Amino acid sequence: MPRAIRTQRKLLTTAVAWFVGLLIFFPILWTFLTSFKTEAEAVANPPLFLNFDWTLENYAVVQERSDYLRFLWNSVFLAGGSTLLGILVGVPAAWSMAFVPSRRTKDILLWMLSTKMLPAVGVLYPIYLIFIRLGLLDTRVGLVVVLMLINLPIIVWMLYTYFREIPGEILEAARMDGANLRSELLYVLTPMALPGIASTVLLNFILAWNEAFWTLNLTAVDAAPLTAFIASYSSPEGLFFAKLSAASTMAIAPILILGWFSQKQLVRGLTFGAVK
Amino acid sequence: MATKASRSAARLMMAPAVVLLLGWMLVPLSMTVWFSFRKFLPLRGGDLGWAGWENYSRFVSSSSFWPAVSTTLIIVGSVLVVTVVLGVLLALLLDQPFWGRGIVRILVIAPFFVMPTVSALVWKNMFMDPTNGLLAYLWRLFGAEPLAWLSEASKESIVMIIAWRWLPFATLILLTAIQSLDNEQLEAAEMDGAGPLQRFGHIILPHLGRAITIVILIQTIFLLSIFAEIFVTTGGAFGTRTLTYLIFQRVLESQNVGLGSAGGVYAIILANIVALFLMRIVGRNLDA
Amino acid sequence: MGQIRLEQVTKSFGEVQVIQPLDLTLEDGEFTVFVGPSGCGKSTLLRLIAGLEDVSSGRILIDGKDATALVPAKRGLAMVFQSYALYPHMSVRRNIAFPLRMARMSRAEIDRRVEEAAEVLNLREYLDRRPGQLSGGQRQRVAIGRAIVREPAAFLFDEPLSNLDAALRVGMRMEISELHKKLGTTMIYVTHDQVEAMTMADRIVVLQGGIIEQVGSPLELYQRPCNQFVAGFIGSPRMNLIEGPEAAREGATTLGIRPEHLRLSRSEGPWEGTVGVSEHLGSDTFLHIHGIPGCDPFTVRASGEVDLRHGDAVFLTPDRARLHRFDAEGRRIE
Repeated sequence: MPRAIRTQRKLLTTAVAWFVGLLIFFPILWTFLTSFKTEAEAVANPPLFLNFDWTLENYAVVQERSDYLRFLWNSVFLAGGSTLLGILVGVPAAWSMAFVPSRRTKDILLWMLSTKMLPAVGVLYPIYLIFIRLGLLDTRVGLVVVLMLINLPIIVWMLYTYFREIPGEILEAARMDGANLRSELLYVLTPMALPGIASTVLLNFILAWNEAFWTLNLTAVDAAPLTAFIASYSSPEGLFFAKLSAASTMAIAPILILGWFSQKQLVRGLTFGAVK
Repeated sequence: MATKASRSAARLMMAPAVVLLLGWMLVPLSMTVWFSFRKFLPLRGGDLGWAGWENYSRFVSSSSFWPAVSTTLIIVGSVLVVTVVLGVLLALLLDQPFWGRGIVRILVIAPFFVMPTVSALVWKNMFMDPTNGLLAYLWRLFGAEPLAWLSEASKESIVMIIAWRWLPFATLILLTAIQSLDNEQLEAAEMDGAGPLQRFGHIILPHLGRAITIVILIQTIFLLSIFAEIFVTTGGAFGTRTLTYLIFQRVLESQNVGLGSAGGVYAIILANIVALFLMRIVGRNLDA
Repeated sequence: MGQIRLEQVTKSFGEVQVIQPLDLTLEDGEFTVFVGPSGCGKSTLLRLIAGLEDVSSGRILIDGKDATALVPAKRGLAMVFQSYALYPHMSVRRNIAFPLRMARMSRAEIDRRVEEAAEVLNLREYLDRRPGQLSGGQRQRVAIGRAIVREPAAFLFDEPLSNLDAALRVGMRMEISELHKKLGTTMIYVTHDQVEAMTMADRIVVLQGGIIEQVGSPLELYQRPCNQFVAGFIGSPRMNLIEGPEAAREGATTLGIRPEHLRLSRSEGPWEGTVGVSEHLGSDTFLHIHGIPGCDPFTVRASGEVDLRHGDAVFLTPDRARLHRFDAEGRRIE
């Protein structure tokens, strides 16, 4: 192909791709922009794009009125706690399956995956009942455990696929060098698998952060994370677009940034290693 | 290959994960199955005894069952079609060389990281609101009567909201799959005289087959239990009550646990049928 | 001290028995090479000694003490792996120090031993690098360093040179042999390369299909292979094996003669053939001869200056004292 035509084609592709990309991204962009408008500007007709008086007022109001920081802290606590707990349980399990495989390893892995597919609504009442009996309703501890359990299969799977890329000979070398199991895991496997463990942590943090079934149904006030905080905006009270936007921006910004770092791992994690 | 000592260590190390997940699966599941055979109304007398198969037959024969099934199928099916078709096109586009690929990729992926309650509320208010929404403005701009999206075109709106969140997922996976295609294969086909359309039909699409299957299966599992998007937009009204939402209402809103549990068992069976297919694909991949 | 004894050791993976009942004693200070084609069980045998696999039955004694049930860490052996198995996240220094740290040795002692090993192996300048920044030969040395600092009862080498290029391989071969002379420690070395086996070993153990075919010094195996398999496996180029009437005349089913034990002539000799491909190595020429009944092609080692062309007729005379005779089961006939 002559160079000129190739450049022309690239220009065209660039234009189309950017248009599509911006179109898909637009709701997020619009939310972000609206969060800096006054409520009147937010519903102005015709809509204002950049030509408005930028203000941070909405953010202040949202924090003041609904104590955003408390929900944020709950989200961080739930996502972080459940991920950490999941890693603690998942690393030994993934080690076993990756380095000491047996005939049942495959069955166990697939069975773990199958628990992920249990529709939450099917066990909603039992969990609800158990939570009431144990006094776990609307507590962070209870929710950390539930979020850990629903993400544990993904954690084990991701770690398993990463561990399988580490040559078993290195762990055998450690064993020959006199390392016991604890040293083998702590000084050899974990440092070597650190990038994989980091990706696993990242993806699971995101999944737990965005989880919106159990967090909505098992919390009220004390343990409610940002998902519930946003849901509380669903009953409209007059003009509130700008404040909704400010709240939304604050709820998604942290995870959007984390998410961009984890694109590659996302594919691997969400397809259980079937697509890399 | 390992020794007895390492095998017993392995069993020990696997135990916490296995025990936890086993408990997480068996305890609530057996409770659900148990409740499904009871007449259980927590606010109206509690456990009123054995109900046999009555909950199961009542759940199926209730007037809301079949509409819920069809709503579920329509919503899940439409989202699948939209995300897979657009996903393939988008993946092909993003695979082309152009300026700013990295940035566009990020823009396209972003919606997947938006929490479901946020995306639902933003769409509901800022875009689909019949008076102040951006879409209403667009409609008026072209002289059309603005739509009350969530009541007049409720299913379409829900599909749009959900598809917006899942399109990036499909695109990302399909893009990864396209990029794993051996370039020499395409060049060989080009040498053999295959045009762009033929190359797509004979090489790219078959190569994507497995990725598309995986996208469909995984999305189906997540989509069958879609909750927050409906919870914060229509609350199940205007024909958007899916099976999941119906069960949720039976259990928590009308507090008929027996009936809801029977519905839950149906949902579990349905999900397991889909899961079976997914597991076979993933399992085959494990051997390779 | 480092005597290793295997008594009636077997190993099965599921239904497949990869090591048949086997007795073997490796004397203290001896350099033993396990050699055989791939899948012969040589690596499995090494892993059984290391403790990385359990024996299915039988006993392993290290210095007279039963080590069958001990975990690898407790056997006092060191191993050098095919892939070197260096810890990629640790510096060379920390790699070498790792077994000492595991043994909870004092800082001073660790430093002393690491320095000493680095000195012996010419690794001083590389101590603070990561394995990823080293060449293949240097990595190999680090792996050996990690093994020697522990002062183990025996060293186990699992095909350690197979990832190196030809030139480096010869050099490392010498270094390992020299190390053995210096340390005098028992070494067990697994390879599929009979040249490595011949050049390094005090004693060679030839394995096939989980069975020991022959144990002996390199020269014993070369001069008196106890069966056809060993005869064909040891020596390069391979021994010529002749079947049919020519062998029957000597009272054998198969007759063996090494390429270097034949006299080549243009005019006279019992066996006549024509020259096919000739490989000129400079010092030697390997000639492939066609047309000799019972063995085709027939290989002959001639001097480097031999002036023969493709298609020339030649005559061969075997050195009768060096003919090997094998019976129908492939066993040597004395």
